[in-house]
Amino acid sequence: MLGKLSWAAIPFDQPIPLLTGAVVLVAILAVLAWVVIAGHLPYLWREWITSVDHKRIGVMYTLLAMVMLLRGFSDAIMMRAQQALAFHSQGYLPPEHFNQIFSAHGTIMIFFVAMTFVIGLMNLVVPLQLGVRDVAFPTLNSVGFWLTATGALLINISLVVGEFARTGWLPYPPLSELTYSPGVGVDYYLWSLQISGVGTLVAGINLVTTVLKLRTRGMSYLRMPMFCWTTLASSLLIVAAFPILTATLAMLILDRYFGFHFFTNEAGGNMMMFMNLIWAWGHPEVYILVLPAFGIFSEVVATFSGKPLFGYRSMVLATMAICVISFMVWLHHFFTMGAGPDVNAIFGIASMIIAVPTGVKIYNWLFTMYGGRIRFTTPMMWSIGFMVTFILGGLTGVLVAVPPADFLLHNSLFLVAHFHNVIIGGVLFGAFAGYTYWFPKAFGFRLHEGLGKAAFWFWVVGFYVAFMPLYAVGFLGMTRRMQHYDIAEWRPWLMVAAGGAVLILIGIIFQIMQLVVSIRDRAELRDSTGDPWDGRSLEWATASPAPVFNFAIMPDVGGPDAYWAMKQHIKQQSLEGREPDYRDVEMPRNSPTGFVCAFFATIMGFALIWHIWWMVAAGGVGAFATFVAFAWRDHDEYVIPAAEVARIDRANLEARRAALSLAGNA
Amino acid sequence: MTDATLAFTQADPHNLRGMQEAVVVHEGPAPKRIVTGYGFWIFLLSDIVMFSCFFASYAVLLGKTAGGPSGAQLFDLRSVAAETACLLLSSFTCGLASIAADVRSARWYQAAMAATCVLGLTFLALEGREFASLVARGAGPTRSAFLSAFFALVGCHGMHVSAGILWLLTMMAQVFAKGFRADIMRRLLCFALFWHALDIIWVAVFSVVYLLGSAV
Amino acid sequence: MNILDPQGPIGVANKTILIDSIAIMLVIVLPTIAAIFAFAFWYRRSNHRAVYRPDWAHSGRIELVVWSIPTLTVILLGGVAWIGAHELDPAAPVAGTGSPVRIQVVSLDWKWLFIYPDQRVATVNTLTVPLGAPLKFELTSASVMNVFFVPQLGSMIYTMNGMVTRLHLRADQEGNYQGLSAHFSGDGFPDMLFDVHVMPTLAFDNWVASTARSDKTLNADSYNALAQQSIETTKTSYRLADPELFGKIVSQKIPPGPGPQLTTNLARPGSGARNVR
Repeated sequence: MLGKLSWAAIPFDQPIPLLTGAVVLVAILAVLAWVVIAGHLPYLWREWITSVDHKRIGVMYTLLAMVMLLRGFSDAIMMRAQQALAFHSQGYLPPEHFNQIFSAHGTIMIFFVAMTFVIGLMNLVVPLQLGVRDVAFPTLNSVGFWLTATGALLINISLVVGEFARTGWLPYPPLSELTYSPGVGVDYYLWSLQISGVGTLVAGINLVTTVLKLRTRGMSYLRMPMFCWTTLASSLLIVAAFPILTATLAMLILDRYFGFHFFTNEAGGNMMMFMNLIWAWGHPEVYILVLPAFGIFSEVVATFSGKPLFGYRSMVLATMAICVISFMVWLHHFFTMGAGPDVNAIFGIASMIIAVPTGVKIYNWLFTMYGGRIRFTTPMMWSIGFMVTFILGGLTGVLVAVPPADFLLHNSLFLVAHFHNVIIGGVLFGAFAGYTYWFPKAFGFRLHEGLGKAAFWFWVVGFYVAFMPLYAVGFLGMTRRMQHYDIAEWRPWLMVAAGGAVLILIGIIFQIMQLVVSIRDRAELRDSTGDPWDGRSLEWATASPAPVFNFAIMPDVGGPDAYWAMKQHIKQQSLEGREPDYRDVEMPRNSPTGFVCAFFATIMGFALIWHIWWMVAAGGVGAFATFVAFAWRDHDEYVIPAAEVARIDRANLEARRAALSLAGNA
Repeated sequence: MTDATLAFTQADPHNLRGMQEAVVVHEGPAPKRIVTGYGFWIFLLSDIVMFSCFFASYAVLLGKTAGGPSGAQLFDLRSVAAETACLLLSSFTCGLASIAADVRSARWYQAAMAATCVLGLTFLALEGREFASLVARGAGPTRSAFLSAFFALVGCHGMHVSAGILWLLTMMAQVFAKGFRADIMRRLLCFALFWHALDIIWVAVFSVVYLLGSAV
Repeated sequence: MNILDPQGPIGVANKTILIDSIAIMLVIVLPTIAAIFAFAFWYRRSNHRAVYRPDWAHSGRIELVVWSIPTLTVILLGGVAWIGAHELDPAAPVAGTGSPVRIQVVSLDWKWLFIYPDQRVATVNTLTVPLGAPLKFELTSASVMNVFFVPQLGSMIYTMNGMVTRLHLRADQEGNYQGLSAHFSGDGFPDMLFDVHVMPTLAFDNWVASTARSDKTLNADSYNALAQQSIETTKTSYRLADPELFGKIVSQKIPPGPGPQLTTNLARPGSGARNVR
């Protein structure tokens, strides 16, 4: 009746997950109770859960990322503590628990922190930068978000019902096959990622179509902000790479559920094929993550240097080159599998070639600063921190791209330090910069600067203290994923690394404080002009927060850095332009499709994991019915009358003029 | 918000040297039908990438019969020919349905869609029978890696056809209930693209899987 | 286990490439980082001596330089990679003194089995080799993927069931070292360390002779006992009864190792390591 599910699935014998689960459950119930009792549920349902507004969905993606960052970081600090303690000792985490923790850490950080953070920022910003009202497929956008949330939910359920995978964040066979991983752990992993993978693919399709087909009048490709170019490249990579993940995970699912032999030891299965397929996805994946971060830095460095981005066309070329080459390097993840010198060397050289456009980008940011008037706001600090840190990470990356060097460093903590160097220094610093930079656009008030800078310093210093020792201990021969060890030379480095993790924890605490204090002090931090940073692109041309329709009149663009050009022109004329010709605006209607569909997806995913077949069927029927119900809708848009558009726009313009004249900038 | 940029010229900080004038002015966002079709094409491309993974695994595992039967011993090319005929004809009838929708003829539309449905179901029945007989002969997907790859690839295509049939029936119901409304027409465009794409994939399947696979 | 303290020619060559590559890149990286700090400092808004160039965003000459610097570096490093990958191909034999020693390596859950087919001995979690002789490793796995790695001897290589990978090393210094598995393989993975004893040829021959008189025999039965999921604390030595044992493991005549023994808790079946503790 309930498949493999029974009371034995709940870890009554493991205090840490049990306690954690209990605390989290109480917290969730408390929040839900407060929401319902205080009467916020209708607001939440109407304005957020069923919203198809790209700005709302972007915020929800970002919020999901931050919540999952707390979970992923908890895993990290547990791992660092374990490795600091577990010298000639089992530490406090038995192997079956430690192995789940490092698997969950990687899976959550990549799929539910990094991916969701960059997709959230792309969603929030790109339509505004393109001067349009929403993405190409707003309801699909909502579906994509909620399916991603389903994946996150399933992984978190695995903490308290059953177990998670014990295979690492990529489930290499044969270890991940049923023979060697008979529990539900790998199944949680597989279904969580299959479901959220659909969400990601949908986001990619949406963003590609938006950038290519939905730009305001006059905005030809070479007039788009750099962030839109990197969004395009990243989304093209999503469309091309995520189907590979879907197929590969499906093959492993077929092996585990139906006894197929894609990757098994017996009957001719080929585990090397898994390696090739998964890394054919895996390498483009990291560029999916880092390209939007590069775009964020292009925006931030240009804005806070007070100059246009240096070498715009070069940057476009570099971005698209990275996009293409990222598909040609995957074998560098398994040089040591014995492919032979020709193959190894070719892939090594290809991996180095991709460092060329990346290096060009660094130099272009450098020369954007040259001749600038740099303001060291929090986003700019993150950018400079990124530039230095990412260069070092890139160095270590090119190093392991040399096959003989990799023969010593593969799977070592040197490698772990390298990829954290580029993901934290690149993707996470970029996400934090983007979060701080675009927060006022989303919410109408800035984040507290001082706390932001404190968070930055603790993060940066903490990062170096946590990961530089890992480079050292990698040179000392330590491999990754060790639950305990007996080599005395490793211990001091691991203890320092644990200290670094604590510094990062303090950084995170500062970030939480920053959010709380900023909400409390939002009146003082209010952004009344819509342009708190003296920005260059179109998102700053509208109010903060942007009205639901983004722009009362879609702007007409005459060149790159569209908003900067407008501002110069306005300064030449008077601020009192003639009033625009307001028209009715059609906006997409909200829809519960995304949320309801994700609800059924959660049921299906859970049922598939536990082999509750009737529940799978029920979930499938429900999901299909949801789509049919959506298709039967007669009205998919609503009209905002011109008078209402005018009223909102006039109020925003008034606030902007008042703030500017207060500041003496009229 | 002023539309102050219309007559505005600016200095050329990116050294485009008049390139912007050489470019046709971008007219603004594309119309809905184009956007929808474009997005669906992108989805189809992603689906083709997914299929190509299954094709790749078939190629890699082609010889891994684990002492069991190979393609030459298993494939019934007459059944495959019948399946191919069904799908190709169904693409034709789907095309007829699209034309009927263009001229707003509900009767011809429903007839053509029904014919497509029957042909699609026939395809699935033939394929199901083929799978059942293979399993009965001990040549199911659990027998060897080669058979796993075969069943997964052909089965994936079959699942897409099944999903297509569900979609087809929904589109028949939609037109019956709501007529040829603009949004329903956009969905029809997507459905037709999907159905034809499945046909193209099938051509690749029978070439690579059945014809090449029989030669091994 | 310090890779920067190699004790054999492969390790030395790997390390040389490693250090040289880092040095080549630092030549570019350090000035770039310095420039970042310098520009950020000089062009800060409060520095009124800095020239503000609000419209300067393009320079062909600078573009030429910034594309060339990484390109030239990559060409140089690419050459290093091509030559290094070919010279240090794990399957390429290594020269040495004395007759080559063939060692067949099997990674099991969670221990290493070293079979010496020519000497008719086998050991668990101890690798004994003669000084200066070419070592020809043939590697496979009984179950899941592992990686055979002796950091101070050089290159590592994967082990996979049903396949043979090849590695050639040489130990040029007498002494005791350690090796490990460099690929996570399950709950007992951290205990897959093994000792490496490098001794003069005479001592090696003596060791072979005494091990061949061991009362423990390695055949299909004792091998199957080893293949059960467990952690080995004793470093057993065997007389090799079946010189074709490795071939049978590779061809799967001896089936792959079984996984964990299932408990009644289908949600979390007991792991082999836990059963052993």
